[in-house]
Amino acid sequence: MIRDLRGDETEAEPNFWELRLYVAGQTPKSLTALTNLKKICEQNLAGRYKIEVIDLVQNPQLARSDQILAIPTLVRRLPEPLRRIIGDLSNSEKVLVGLDVRPQG
Amino acid sequence: MTVNSTLSEASTLPATSGIEKAPTGIAGLDEITLGGLPRGRPTLVCGTAGCGKTLMAMEFLVRGATEFGEPGVFVSFEEGTEELAQNVRSLGFDLAELERQEKLVLDYVHVERSEIEETGEYDLEGLFIRLGYSIDSIGAKRVVLDTIEILFGGLTNEGILRAELRRLFRWLKDKGVTAVITGERGEGMLTRHGLEEYISDCVILLDHRVSEQQAIRRLRVVKYRGSVHGTNEYPFLIDENGIEVLPITSLGLDHEVSTERISSGIPALDEMLGGQGYFRGSSVLLSGKAGTGKTTLAAHFVDAACRRGERAVYFAFEESRAQMVRNMRSVGLDLQPWVDQGLLLFHASRPTAFGLERHLVTMYKIVRDFQPRVVVIDPITNFLNTGTSEEVKSMLMRLIDFFKVQHITPFFNSLTHGDQLDQTDVGVSSLMDTWLLLREVEVSGERNRTLNVIKSRGMSHSNQLREMRLTSGGVELVEAYLGPAGALTGAARLAQEAQEKNANLARRQEVERRQRELERKREALEARMTALRLEFESEAEETQRVIEEAQGHEDRLLQDQLEMARIRKVGDSTGIPRRGNGHPEGETS
Repeated sequence: MIRDLRGDETEAEPNFWELRLYVAGQTPKSLTALTNLKKICEQNLAGRYKIEVIDLVQNPQLARSDQILAIPTLVRRLPEPLRRIIGDLSNSEKVLVGLDVRPQG
Repeated sequence: MTVNSTLSEASTLPATSGIEKAPTGIAGLDEITLGGLPRGRPTLVCGTAGCGKTLMAMEFLVRGATEFGEPGVFVSFEEGTEELAQNVRSLGFDLAELERQEKLVLDYVHVERSEIEETGEYDLEGLFIRLGYSIDSIGAKRVVLDTIEILFGGLTNEGILRAELRRLFRWLKDKGVTAVITGERGEGMLTRHGLEEYISDCVILLDHRVSEQQAIRRLRVVKYRGSVHGTNEYPFLIDENGIEVLPITSLGLDHEVSTERISSGIPALDEMLGGQGYFRGSSVLLSGKAGTGKTTLAAHFVDAACRRGERAVYFAFEESRAQMVRNMRSVGLDLQPWVDQGLLLFHASRPTAFGLERHLVTMYKIVRDFQPRVVVIDPITNFLNTGTSEEVKSMLMRLIDFFKVQHITPFFNSLTHGDQLDQTDVGVSSLMDTWLLLREVEVSGERNRTLNVIKSRGMSHSNQLREMRLTSGGVELVEAYLGPAGALTGAARLAQEAQEKNANLARRQEVERRQRELERKREALEARMTALRLEFESEAEETQRVIEEAQGHEDRLLQDQLEMARIRKVGDSTGIPRRGNGHPEGETS
C-alpha cells in the first residue's frame, strides 16, 4: 500500500534498499561492518541498494535525531518500516533477516 | 583503615568533609547529605516504581539550572520528552522554556527490542557521542540518566552492556559532570541489574510503602563515600513545589535556649509559673480529659501571642476554624481579628486524612512559610489513630526539635481518657519542658476543673492546685479550698466558704459579747470600789473622831489628877502617891 502511494521516484522503487551505516571514526568494528555490509548487498541486492556511511564523530547531532545508541548501527530507511541492525554484521543470515531480504537463489 | 580515618575526620568536621558537593536544591536533601551530591561523580538513586526517582532526578537538574547556574542534560530511557515535560509541569517546572534558554537538554533514547537486530560486536559509542554532544552544546554540569537499566531490556548482549556501562560511568567522571543515575529496585538488590556495583560514590534509596492504608514516601542515603550523612529513613513529600525531605531528626540537642519569658495568656497561670509564664522556645504539654478546657487554655496562649504582635499557628484536629472562633467568644476571646490581621493561622484537618509523615511535612511547611513564634497542636493524641505510640513520639521529637531551633514555643494538647495519666502522655512528657494537668473533680453533683503544674523546667513553679473557672470574661484560676477533707471546688468550695464565713461571724460576735461583758464587769467593779472607798472613808472618819474623843478624855483625866495633886500638896505633901515606884508607906516594914 505505502509503496504504491510513494509514486515514481527511485526511492519508490518497490525493491530499492536505502541503507545508512552509522559509525564513530575509523574503528575496526566499523570497518568490519562496512565490509560485511557491502558484501551482503552485492550478493543479494546488486543494483538495488544505496549505502550512506555517517560518521557520528563528525556529525554528533545526528546521533540524537536518528536515535543512535550502539555503534555500528545499520538503519534500513527504505523500504519501510524502519529497521535497525546493530553490530559488525558478521552474521549475514541475521543481517538478511533484519533487512527483510530474501536471499536470491 | 582509610574508612575509619575518613569517618572520624568527617565527624569532627561535618561541614567541610573532604569532597566537594553539588547542592541539589531539594528541600531537606542537602541537609541530610551535608551539602548535596558528590560533585563530578555519579550518584545512584534507586527505588520501586512510582517512588519519585524521576522527579527527584528532574528537580536536581531544574534546580541546578535555575538556582545554581549549572545547566543539565536529562537522558530519558523510559518516557518521551513530551510526556516528561507534562509530568513535571505540575511541579512548576517549564522544561520547554529551560530548553529555549539553553539551560536544559532533554533526550529521549528510544530502545525497543523488537526493532533491533543484533549481529556481531558493537559498543555504545553512539550514546557517548550523543551525550557528549548534548553536554557540550550547553556546557552542562549535571546529567541524569533515567533509567539506564532499560538498556538491559533492549539489548541482549549483557556482557557488552555491562562493560559499556562501566565505561560510561567512568567517562561521566572524566567529563566532571555531577550525574544522577536512576535504577529500579530489584529482588534482594538495590537495583534490578546491580548498577550499585558500578556507582559506589553515593547511593540514595527511595521507598514508597503503604502502612495502615497510608502511603508514605521515605528516603535513605545508603552510602556516601567520603562524607558523613544522615543515616535514617526520612519521609518526603512530592507536592506542587517539588520534593520536600524532612531531615529534622538530624538536629541534636545543641540548639540555643532563650531566657525570655512569654505569657500563657492567663495572669494567674503566669503567676503559677514563677510569675512570668513559659520560656520562649520551651515545649508545653497540657493534658486533660475531654471538656476540661484544653482548647480554651491554648486559645488564650495564642491570643496572648497575637497581642504581643507575634504570629501564631493553630493546628486544630478536632474543630474547624469557624467553630473555634465561635466557641472562644463564649469565654470572652475574639480570635477573628487576629485571623483578619494575618497574625493567626488556623489549620484544621482530620488526623486520619493523611498519614503521620504527611502531617509532619504539612506542619513543617506551614511553620516554615508562616514563620510563627507560637504553635498550638490540638490535640496530639489524635495522631495515635494514624501511627503507633512510638511513631507519634518520634514525630513529636522531630517537631519539637524543629520548633526549638526556630525559637518557636509549641503548645501541645493531649486528650487523656481517665484520671490516670495516659501512657502516651508519660512517654511524650519527657520531651516537654512544661507539663500542665487539667483534672475534673466531681463533688455533690457537679463537675469542676482543677489545674496544676506537674513540671516546668528551669523555673520555680507553684505546687498548688487551682480551680479553673471558664467565665464569659475568660479563664479564672481560683485558689481551691484546702480543708481537712481535701481540696474543694465549685459549689462545695462556696458552701465551705459560706460556712466558714458564718463561723467567723459567730466568733466575732462572741468576742464582741465578751468584750461588752468585761466592760460591764469593770464598770460594776469600779462602782463597788467607789462604794467601798466611801464606806472606808466614813469609817475612817468615825474612827478618828473616836480616837480624838478618847484622847480628850485622857487629857482631861490627867488634868484632873494634876489638879488633884496640886490641891493635895497644898494640904499634906506626903500624902501624894509617887507615880511609878511609890509604895504605900508602912507596907515595907
